[in-house]
Amino acid sequence: MIPAQFDYLAPSTVEEALAALAQHGDEAKILAGGQSLLPVLRMRLNAPEMVIDLGKITSLRGVRDDGDAIVVGAMTQHSVVGSDPLVAEHAALVSKAVEHLADVQIRHRGTFGGALAHADPAGDLGAPALALGAQFVIQGPGGTRTVPAEEFFVDLFETAIGEDEILTEVRLPKHTGWGAHYEKFVRVAHQWPIVAVAAAVRVDGGSIAEARVGLTNMGNTPVRAHAVEQALVGQPATPDGVRDAAARAAEGTNPPSDLNGDADYRRHLATVLTRRAVLTAAGATG
Amino acid sequence: MTATEARPEAEAPEREIGRERRRKEDQRLITGRTRWTDNIQLPGMLHLAMVRSPFAHARITSIDTTEAKQSPNVVDVVTGQDLAETQGVLINAWPITPDQKTPTHLPVAIDRVAFAGEIVAVVVARSAAEARDAAELVDVEYDELPAALDLKEAATDTVLAHPDLGSNKSAYWVFDSGEAGTGGNVDDAITQARDSGGIVLEREYRQQRLIPAFMEPRSTVVDPTGEQLTVWSATQIPHILRFALAATTGIPESKLRVIAPDVGGGFGGKLQTTPEEWITVALARRTGKPVKYTETRSESLIAAHHGRDQWQKLTLAADREGNVTGLKVQLLADLGAYVSLVGGGVPVLGAFMFNAIYKFPAYHFAVQTVLTNKTWTDAYRGAGRPEATFAIERLMDELAAEVGVDPLEIRERNWIKHEEFPFTTVAGLEYDSGNYEAATARAKEMFGYDELRAEQRRRRESGDPVQLGIGVSTFTEMCGLAPSRVLGQLDYGAGGWEHASVRMLATGKVEVVTGASAHGQGHETAFSQIVADRLGVPFEDVEVLHGDTQVAPKGLDTYGSRSLVVGGEALVKASDKVVEKAKTVAAHLLEASADDLDFSGGRFTVRGTDQGVAIQEIATAVFAAHNLPDGMEPSLDSDATFDPVNFNYPHGTHLCAMEVDTETGALRMRKYVCVDDIGNVINPLIVSGQVHGGLVQGIAQALWEEAVYDDSGTLVSGSFVDYLLPTSADTISFEVDHTTTPSLTNTLGTKGVGEAGTIASTPAVVNAVVDAVRHLGITDIRMPCTPERVWRAIQDAGSGTEPTTGAAAPHFDASTGMEGTVDRTAGAQDGAQQ
Amino acid sequence: MVRINLTVDGARVADDVEPRMLLVHYLREKLGKTGTVVGCDTSNCGACTVHLDGTSVKSCNVLAVQADGGEVTTIEGLAQDGQLHPVQEAFRECHGLQCGYCTPGMIMQSVDLLKDNPNPSEEEIRLGLEGNLCRCTGYHNIVRAVQHAAGAGGTQAAGQTEAVQA
Repeated sequence: MIPAQFDYLAPSTVEEALAALAQHGDEAKILAGGQSLLPVLRMRLNAPEMVIDLGKITSLRGVRDDGDAIVVGAMTQHSVVGSDPLVAEHAALVSKAVEHLADVQIRHRGTFGGALAHADPAGDLGAPALALGAQFVIQGPGGTRTVPAEEFFVDLFETAIGEDEILTEVRLPKHTGWGAHYEKFVRVAHQWPIVAVAAAVRVDGGSIAEARVGLTNMGNTPVRAHAVEQALVGQPATPDGVRDAAARAAEGTNPPSDLNGDADYRRHLATVLTRRAVLTAAGATG
Repeated sequence: MTATEARPEAEAPEREIGRERRRKEDQRLITGRTRWTDNIQLPGMLHLAMVRSPFAHARITSIDTTEAKQSPNVVDVVTGQDLAETQGVLINAWPITPDQKTPTHLPVAIDRVAFAGEIVAVVVARSAAEARDAAELVDVEYDELPAALDLKEAATDTVLAHPDLGSNKSAYWVFDSGEAGTGGNVDDAITQARDSGGIVLEREYRQQRLIPAFMEPRSTVVDPTGEQLTVWSATQIPHILRFALAATTGIPESKLRVIAPDVGGGFGGKLQTTPEEWITVALARRTGKPVKYTETRSESLIAAHHGRDQWQKLTLAADREGNVTGLKVQLLADLGAYVSLVGGGVPVLGAFMFNAIYKFPAYHFAVQTVLTNKTWTDAYRGAGRPEATFAIERLMDELAAEVGVDPLEIRERNWIKHEEFPFTTVAGLEYDSGNYEAATARAKEMFGYDELRAEQRRRRESGDPVQLGIGVSTFTEMCGLAPSRVLGQLDYGAGGWEHASVRMLATGKVEVVTGASAHGQGHETAFSQIVADRLGVPFEDVEVLHGDTQVAPKGLDTYGSRSLVVGGEALVKASDKVVEKAKTVAAHLLEASADDLDFSGGRFTVRGTDQGVAIQEIATAVFAAHNLPDGMEPSLDSDATFDPVNFNYPHGTHLCAMEVDTETGALRMRKYVCVDDIGNVINPLIVSGQVHGGLVQGIAQALWEEAVYDDSGTLVSGSFVDYLLPTSADTISFEVDHTTTPSLTNTLGTKGVGEAGTIASTPAVVNAVVDAVRHLGITDIRMPCTPERVWRAIQDAGSGTEPTTGAAAPHFDASTGMEGTVDRTAGAQDGAQQ
Repeated sequence: MVRINLTVDGARVADDVEPRMLLVHYLREKLGKTGTVVGCDTSNCGACTVHLDGTSVKSCNVLAVQADGGEVTTIEGLAQDGQLHPVQEAFRECHGLQCGYCTPGMIMQSVDLLKDNPNPSEEEIRLGLEGNLCRCTGYHNIVRAVQHAAGAGGTQAAGQTEAVQA
């Protein structure tokens, strides 16, 4: 319950943070909202010598409109993202996912960038970010680079962020007018999702014109259900129209087996939840 | 005569008993002005951290404490060897048979560990953080031994949990109605049913392992700096703790003071004498300083005792109409690594309850307790009775399905009719009162039973993906532990009485001392109501003192729904003695004969006159002692020790509606109604709280909770991430009501309520889940009924697999998805940003 | 050691703390604010919930150094001028607590919930408290308490129906 000793820095700019990272290397951990890191430190599953707290870097907070994308600062709290009108209008899928992320207290503290950088495949933000084709802005000693979502999630708890780099913001391409739904399956409310499906669809004249579907906890990273997306195009937004496409949700996935379900059960769940998510998303557009 | 009676408040609203008094306890609890053990800070206090075995079964080959001892502010690092006999030993108070195998249980293991989580070394440091830092530096080498983990396998002795004992089989305990003369021979009944075309149901049910998971982690503080050793502990049983410490450490009982301050829940989980308590005492004595140990939640989950964990083999014989002719129960009960305080007594407490509310002519019960290399088990809310109630209430639903009648109908055919009380059961207990018909009728009405059955039919006929099931549980339990004579017959190591003192203070205020030690139940309020009524003093003037052996020297503590029905009765008797003494004084002061005095509303009056004196005035007069009857001792204070002559038998009818999403196996509770008969009610508000909380714990066994070990004996559900307690978002509001037949075994007419909800609700929920999918050919789903298990049962049924009948139930199916888990926290060890 | 300055229950405090010290331990051990308690080590139980700069947080999941410059309100700072907060009153009135261990966190989260949504539905209350575990009450009377505090609960506090004459 008590972390091992560490030193602590709370830089006020990204540059200072990067300098500290450069100095301490792999002995340092970045602290964002801390809602995943602090439990790990308390359980002494990790004992960094230096913790670099980004909490005082105000430039990393906030949501802004940047033309074709909504930009979310990495240190923006979930509760802020969840109630942000820009996000709700242009990236509704993210709003829906944040609504069910952890609990209220965690949403007050936890940050958008921190959760994505943690890269837990059972985290609620990876699938919507992937589905919407988010771009991850990463700053390092050599400057800034932008990584697409497909390349950002590398493996279990592993991302494209280098050891000397910091995720500064996430660009969410606008999906204005799209219907969205995040269908999360848990046994008890405070649990990580057993499986969840993030679906955004553009309905045109009663048919699905475009679809984006991401899966939570169906592999070592969030998974994009390309087969479903392609099969949905042109289908009527009805249970019969969606069923066959949704049945392809588990294709190419590699879900875990654990206390809450074997892999085959998760594959089955993915198909049912995908159908429900897509239908609800389609209904949301009227 | 069992017509139910109205509650007292309907007749006499000015009486305290029956009023929804807001709790006296709450003011401090809602403002944070609390005294949890972990809040205690004493000058120079030292802190402990435990080094625990990661292995389920291993020989300790070496322990190197050198580096840990050099860590900053470390005072000492000790092993079991260092403490040797000064650490004492943990006791089993209930050897259920004379030849029970009971492994020695040392607080700190010396040469061998028998479960993952057992303590092998202890660090003493100036702060808790520094103690933890040093604990990481203790280097223990183990020689891993094969571990006995699976209960059934352990019962075959292929791997021994304690090699020196030669067997894992600890004790075999039997009750047979033929031998006891309380009924017929069950094997004859089964044979007859088989031969005569009757019904013989064979089922095997699993009571999964549960964790009490009280919200306050256990904590112990020991101060050795006074003449007496003072022990604060988050315990349900300060008196038993004091006795056991004295008996095993050589500290005279008179030199020990045990205090249970505010205690944050127990549910049986703090009905234990623990290694951590013994260690804290040993190190306080060794260092001469106040010492504190507070466990983490993870430590609590792996090392505080677990509950349930049984396999139940059941054979029920009946005629074609569903009249039960015999019940045979064969249990395997997992003790874990040691025989705990109550230990094998838990299944024995269930032995008298499998026949429940029914008139079974023949009954046989046998339990084999088994040692394994897992966390030790003991009481968890209900202790033995939930297991029994689950088995019989599941069976009655199966019997109804077999006969083809409504589950309530089959129960009515078998239950004791209200005019048949008092009734001596096939297990030899005398049920004093009850009215199963009345509770059931009321529950059906509240539930809208017929409408929900109609909806169930519609959903079945239309093939709705969401099916509806209705579950029934008509439970009873024995509570109010317990007549000392009965406990003696069962070889329990103590009695079942309770003690109370009532003290009239000079100012007319009243101090009440009870030996029942509360941990959230609201004793201070309910006991004040009883005494206020009895003495006729204001509720606010009664102060209830408890939980400190120096304040309340005699007591047997709180468990088994005993506080009110045993402890409350002691209070009544002590109060009545106070009134008797006061009456003598009143007669003296009023210059009247005691025979001419009436006592009412706290006032003695001379019959036929307006002369009178209040009990408070008498208290002042006795304090002054200027003018008392000749030879009278100047005190009104009185003690009473009450030993019940019988248990009492609350009962009730619980109805549950569950929706099953057949596509995913997801479950949703739609409605839950319960009508309990708990006799007269002292405080309806407190009762409602006990019922609601009990219900959710029972529902949680049905749906969510399970302590799961992996193949190496590591507790996989070792944190609140994986041991799934329900939240507000997972539960619903309940519809609770009562019928009342007063108990005849205590003067207040009360019956226990603390465990009722938990005992009743588990089978109601599982019956509802099974009922929703029974038409698909499903007859059982193992607890907890996870979505995956429900979904698999539907898949298996739909795929033409044999329906799960008889002992070939899904219990034997290994494909329950319990292997392996992703550690949510482990992954963050890499360089990822948080 | 790091120097921190903050306001706790209206009082300004300053201390040197180890960076690893959790806010909940700072409150309990340095300030003696033992009303706030620790119930788990995985941030599931919510017993340690306090308000930090106006919103509810789990104080086991915040380092004391992160609260530097901030304003903390604990269960001990909720009552004003000897008057209980309406949510505290409601928990007592509706028997929304038994052992009381989860109660400080439960009350602090309920206050936060009602601040954001003064008239929550039962479902909104249940979802809003999902980060707080209680083992005693079955949540029934906690939900009633929040409804009561919101003025939506009426007078039927504890869900206890009338005694029955059968």
